[in-house]
Amino acid sequence: GLLLVKIEKMLPATRHSLAEFSLLTLLFYIFTLFLYFLFCPVLHNLLDKLLNVKQASDMPAVQKSRHRIDPDAIPSPIQVIEDDRAKCTEPFNTGVRGQVPPLVTTNFQAKDQGNASPRFVRCTAYNVPCTADMAKQSQVPLAAVIKPLATLPPDETPPYLVDHGEAGPVRCNRCKAYMCPYMQFIEGGRRFQCGFCSCVTEVPPHYFQHLDHTGKRVDCYDRPELSLGSYEFVATVDYCKNNKIPQPPAFIFLIDVSYNAVKSGMVNIVCQELKTLLDYLPRENPEMDSVVRVGFVTYNKVLHFYNVKASLAQPQMLVVSDVSDMFVPLLDGFLVNVNESRLVIESLLDQIPEMFADTRETETVFGPVIQAGLEALKAADCSGKLFVFHTSLPIAEAPGKLKNREDKKLVGTDKEKSLFQPQVGFYNTLAKECVAQGCCVDLFLFPNQYVDVATLGVVPVSTGGSIYKYTYFQAQSDTERFLNDLRRDIQKLVGFDAVMRVRTSTGIRATDFFGSFFMSNTTDVELAGLDCDKAITVEFKHDDKLSEETGALMQCAVLYTSCSGQRRLRVHNMAVNCCSQLADLYRNCETDTIINFFSKYAFRGLLNNPTKAVRDTLINQCAQILACYRKNCASPSSAGQLILPECMKLLPVYLNCVLKSDVLMPGADVSLDDRAYLRQLISGMDVTESHIFFYPRLLPLTKLESGSLPMAVRDSEERLSKGGVYLLETGLHLFLWVGASVQQELLLNIFGTQSFSQIDPSLTSLPVLDNPFSQRLRDIIESFRAQRSRYMKLMVVKQEDKAELIFRHFLVEDKSVSGGASYVDFLCHMHKEIRQLLS
Amino acid sequence: MATYQEFIQQNEDRDGVRFSWNLWPSSRLEATRLVVPVSCLFTPLKERPDLPPVQYEPVLCSRANCKAVLNPLCQVDFRAKIWACNFCFQRNPFPPSYAGISEVNQPAELMPQFSTIEYIVQRGPTPPLIFLYVVDTCLEEEDLQALKESLQMSLSLLPPNALVGLITFGRMVQVHELSCEGIAKSYVFRGTKDLSSKQIQEMLGLTKAAASGQQGVFVFITRFLQPVHRVDMNLTDLLGELQRDPWPVPQGKRPLRSTGVALSVAVGLLEGTFPNTGARVMLFIGGPPTQGPGMVVGDELKTPIRSWHDIQKDNARHLKKATKYYEAMANRSAVNGHCIDIYACALDQTGLLEMKCLSNLTGGHIVMGDSFNTSLFKQTFQRVFSKDYNGDFRMAFGGVLEVKTSREVKVCGTIGPLSFTGIHHNAQWKVCGINPSTTLALYFEVVNQHNAPVPQGGRGVIQFVTQYQHSNTQRRIRVTTIARNWADAQSQIQHIESSFDQEASAVLMARLGVFRAESEEGPDVLRWLDRQLIRLCQKFGQFNKDDPTSFKLSESLSLYPQFMFHLRRSPFLQVFNNSPDESSYYRHHFVRQDLTQSLIMIQPILYSYSFHGPPEPVLLDSSSILPDRILLMDTFFQLVIYHGETIAQWRKAGYQEMAEYENFKQLLLAPLDDAQEILQTRFPMPRYIDTEHGGSQARFLLSKVNPSQTHNNLYAWGQVLRGAPILTDDVSLQVFMDHLKKLAVSSSA
Repeated sequence: GLLLVKIEKMLPATRHSLAEFSLLTLLFYIFTLFLYFLFCPVLHNLLDKLLNVKQASDMPAVQKSRHRIDPDAIPSPIQVIEDDRAKCTEPFNTGVRGQVPPLVTTNFQAKDQGNASPRFVRCTAYNVPCTADMAKQSQVPLAAVIKPLATLPPDETPPYLVDHGEAGPVRCNRCKAYMCPYMQFIEGGRRFQCGFCSCVTEVPPHYFQHLDHTGKRVDCYDRPELSLGSYEFVATVDYCKNNKIPQPPAFIFLIDVSYNAVKSGMVNIVCQELKTLLDYLPRENPEMDSVVRVGFVTYNKVLHFYNVKASLAQPQMLVVSDVSDMFVPLLDGFLVNVNESRLVIESLLDQIPEMFADTRETETVFGPVIQAGLEALKAADCSGKLFVFHTSLPIAEAPGKLKNREDKKLVGTDKEKSLFQPQVGFYNTLAKECVAQGCCVDLFLFPNQYVDVATLGVVPVSTGGSIYKYTYFQAQSDTERFLNDLRRDIQKLVGFDAVMRVRTSTGIRATDFFGSFFMSNTTDVELAGLDCDKAITVEFKHDDKLSEETGALMQCAVLYTSCSGQRRLRVHNMAVNCCSQLADLYRNCETDTIINFFSKYAFRGLLNNPTKAVRDTLINQCAQILACYRKNCASPSSAGQLILPECMKLLPVYLNCVLKSDVLMPGADVSLDDRAYLRQLISGMDVTESHIFFYPRLLPLTKLESGSLPMAVRDSEERLSKGGVYLLETGLHLFLWVGASVQQELLLNIFGTQSFSQIDPSLTSLPVLDNPFSQRLRDIIESFRAQRSRYMKLMVVKQEDKAELIFRHFLVEDKSVSGGASYVDFLCHMHKEIRQLLS
Repeated sequence: MATYQEFIQQNEDRDGVRFSWNLWPSSRLEATRLVVPVSCLFTPLKERPDLPPVQYEPVLCSRANCKAVLNPLCQVDFRAKIWACNFCFQRNPFPPSYAGISEVNQPAELMPQFSTIEYIVQRGPTPPLIFLYVVDTCLEEEDLQALKESLQMSLSLLPPNALVGLITFGRMVQVHELSCEGIAKSYVFRGTKDLSSKQIQEMLGLTKAAASGQQGVFVFITRFLQPVHRVDMNLTDLLGELQRDPWPVPQGKRPLRSTGVALSVAVGLLEGTFPNTGARVMLFIGGPPTQGPGMVVGDELKTPIRSWHDIQKDNARHLKKATKYYEAMANRSAVNGHCIDIYACALDQTGLLEMKCLSNLTGGHIVMGDSFNTSLFKQTFQRVFSKDYNGDFRMAFGGVLEVKTSREVKVCGTIGPLSFTGIHHNAQWKVCGINPSTTLALYFEVVNQHNAPVPQGGRGVIQFVTQYQHSNTQRRIRVTTIARNWADAQSQIQHIESSFDQEASAVLMARLGVFRAESEEGPDVLRWLDRQLIRLCQKFGQFNKDDPTSFKLSESLSLYPQFMFHLRRSPFLQVFNNSPDESSYYRHHFVRQDLTQSLIMIQPILYSYSFHGPPEPVLLDSSSILPDRILLMDTFFQLVIYHGETIAQWRKAGYQEMAEYENFKQLLLAPLDDAQEILQTRFPMPRYIDTEHGGSQARFLLSKVNPSQTHNNLYAWGQVLRGAPILTDDVSLQVFMDHLKKLAVSSSA
């Protein structure tokens, strides 16, 4: 066989003709044979055995043969990223329908000209096939990743707030779509036709305006809802629960005070930090005090509520031991305004660590803790957020009690999926109740052993909350990470009691949703809480034909209660082109978004399917996508040639990263909790986060210039120079890799030490040295951290040190210890799959 | 020989016992023919300043199922140092410590004047007294404030080493930890959930400590029940900070009051920590339980709390369930020797009907008032902590009464604030809370057969053994042994008749009537009472058949029908015009007071004050109501001062202010002083009513007096009437007596 990799690139000038050029024409007959052997399904097991037995002797042979492919000749993520950066010189205008935005790795300014900014919405394809058949043939998923409350960079304007008065936002009579640039005003402006369902609706008198000669309303550019892709409406009382203006939300802190929690120092740290942190509760107007009220609960086997009413000299503790039937023991004085009750709260936070310093209680409950918070919010008739600081598997007798079910033997079997499913149904029911009340749960875990994240995470995930996990938490080394996460989590912009609805033009329909939320019907995404970091991936399917003229429209409306207690509607509109030619589809899609969709799709699939089946499905779909391209779009060439569309040339490498992630292909040292944690984490990620998670950023640090970052290198050991220092960022971790024969100057500049051996591998922050290099490096690290929603702890990895194993795990182009294929191997495998499909 | 009057008085003074018959008919048949059963009123802890307790333990009969206490009626062989038990005739050797006894050197318990004697048990630990406050916080601000002050005041009255605890409740139930510094801690229970004692103890964290025995007890002390002297300040502050139940009460609703669960937690707490120790649960409520187990009425204000009418129509939804709940609780509490007081202050009913058993079975108090902010409550509550001549509290705990009888008689029942714990060879009852005036009614049955007459001169003997914890924490045993002669009812019926104690009998029959009224319909009880009266009159009256005018009763029975007449009209048997709560309250007090107080309750006392002479008791009759008189009526529950028409006018005119009418001022003051005297001693404080002719409150007097003159017979005799006619259809005593005579002499009856 002959393997040829060919990338098809669209040239802007020749939109319909393809310029093909082969990047690689290498001959490696033996190697292909070997690969065939390797991936042949029938012989797969046999090979495994062979490998197990004769690994030592086989491995060098494989390595040798691999050298036959020049890795530089296969598509390079770094090249693609750099090309996109170079290409992007002007702000990205959203006004042009069907235009692919710059990559997530590119710094650009977005200008809202009628479609939502890519910071809010990214699509897998910006040219949607006109028919279902076409879509099915291509297998390219049609999806959008929506981050409704995304924080915008300072140079971009946040969505304007529109008030349509007492009658509420103007909407289409039939499909209830909100007023947007796609509404066509007719009859001199007296009526408008809905761009989604084509229904004609009377313009309410107070909203009437004349049209100009082009048929546009005269006030078009004065009104955000007529000219912009994203804006907010003030919701009227009709949009509120029980037709009542909502109360301001509340934050409730529920702190585990069992033996482990106290001993690890967590209780002390949380209490200390809250004293200052309470001044940074979210607010819309930075000048004003936050209206968010706070409440405090501590717990082990029983719950302790605190009365921190301003009029009290001392806080009062109310113990509820009836955990089987949770209730809130007090109404007045539990949720308080921070400023009014400051002294009492401080006194409480000072006393909590003291009170439980000598505790011997090791058992904890969990279900009743959430119930307690929920009941408190119910009693106060408001929405809000619970911050639960928890340490251990809840084995005490109470609803939601769990048992240790970690069984490594199940990994790899058909029963593996059960490990991702919640152990008991209790938490699903509880989550439902939480969502109904608008009670979002953020869970901070400090486990020393298995805590069953799969089960404990049900409520946070279903309520739009977050899970943070600090395994083997040690005050000394983990405080910074925990506190930064906590600070950000408390301060970040968040909406409550939200409902998201995605409306589309006729012919296409939102069919599936991925993320941290709850759905009680097929259309409404219910989010007890929705913060600026949470993204929801929506999959679309055809239910009719689309037309090329009108394109496909999408309107995502999120009704939520802001942190000041105002009920609002955030609307994001997105229009994409429709195409009747498959080539257009392939030319206008975004691989990073596709990968985001695939990873979420696959990780959810784990709940119901064996892991292997999930991986196979992924490989199969990608092979079909590429095969379809080859068959329908590429110019004829020899069968041995692998031809990839320009927009998807990184699909194989990124897909491989998904396949070999800890979730889908765990190494022996990856715990079940870690996998469940990652699985849930990814479900809420936007494209930027998922991109760096699957393909980490590796920066060589030999030379640092101010203003620009050094060009990243590919995630492969081959790219590491023994004499260099590299920074690797995964979105969750930061590694500083130091080569064994690192230049002394670098050592001095970074660590202030003379020799490699003097580097302390337990460093979690770099020494503050007075030299431009150190300064710049620390700045870079800080800026990286600032970009991510979670604080990344820095690990210093010395070459050939034990810790290097962890680091190498993130060199995703290489073969992984757990059996994941290298980029080259996987590319060959994809090629084979495609060929099989074509023949 | 002394008269029976003197004999009865002497016996009452010495032993606190009054029998219906002081000569006993010698057979069962004859006994039943006497109508009024052989029975007695017994005041176990009657105050005896002249009786110092002895510092040793009683000598018991060695027979396992007898265990009677050595007493003056025993035959003693001083030479052989042997005594014969007068109940089972077992011959018992004296214990070694009695080696020195002889005819001239007798221990106290053998002397006739020590027919009642008190022993101090020296063995074993003396656990402290426990006072557990259970406080309703669903009160009006003013009421709560007053209650808080009363409670704070009471802390200073408690013995310093007593343990004290605090439970508050409203929608939730809070058990306050009293030991902690800094943060005030409390355990909270949901007010709607019925928890078992075990669950409560687990939730309070009491189970672990229990395993560690003696040390565990200490742990309890330091958490929920603390010595007063240690937490005095803390608790005073805690009470001071006590707020009204913060949960909002929507319009048209009652506050949610979890009385049932609060009590269950209180009982469970004591049960788990101090079983069989003297403890007093003091429940303060300002309204009915409205949720959870023991709920009496729903929280909807539009559904009123059950009335007698509802109960008769079987329309009281929660009545049976709630009663059952509180009964179970009372029994648990009684088993552990803890008594429960109820202080209910509200204008409406508070559910005393359902909850009464809590106090009735455990010997606790019930106090009913309109508000905690009244002197009635405040002074009554203060009087709970009154002290006797020794400076000891007039309360005792964990009483166990055992009654031993000679073989011809058997106890068949008691009525009083006690609970039956089963017959174990002898009858035995628990009286968890007991005070010097607590008086029990005991009913006996003569078991001797008709054809086996008692030997002449034989006596029936009864021994009352009361073990209790004195308020100074000592365990004590008081033993009263009495004997009465047997008489042959056929030959000695006159003797028996003259031994009749009509006062005691009236009270004893009244208690039976009240007891029946708890379970039977009102009219049935009255019919039963009438029948008993008629039968008694037939038995002892002297008359010619069918000639009512010939009917005569001997002196020893002469007042009895009049007592019955007033009893029939009393709130103990009549529910008309009383709420179920009030009836329960009146009955509660009736079945525990001593003879004198009971008689006042049956037939109120009326004193007259006028210029015609010194104050004097007058007939409880409408004819006593005269314009130039001031009347003072004591019904036990009420003190009514009634100014006659003329007096009232004078008072209005202000004559008492003028120096020349000093004597009028004195006249006005005289009943006040007398009333004050009664107010000082009575528990609970009576309601004090100052009224005058035509005043609305005068109804209290008018409803009690015998309506000898009504609108029906006003002009019947065409004579000028003294006194005030009463607008009523009730029969007067005269009519009642006429009917009685007619029925008694009727040959067909």
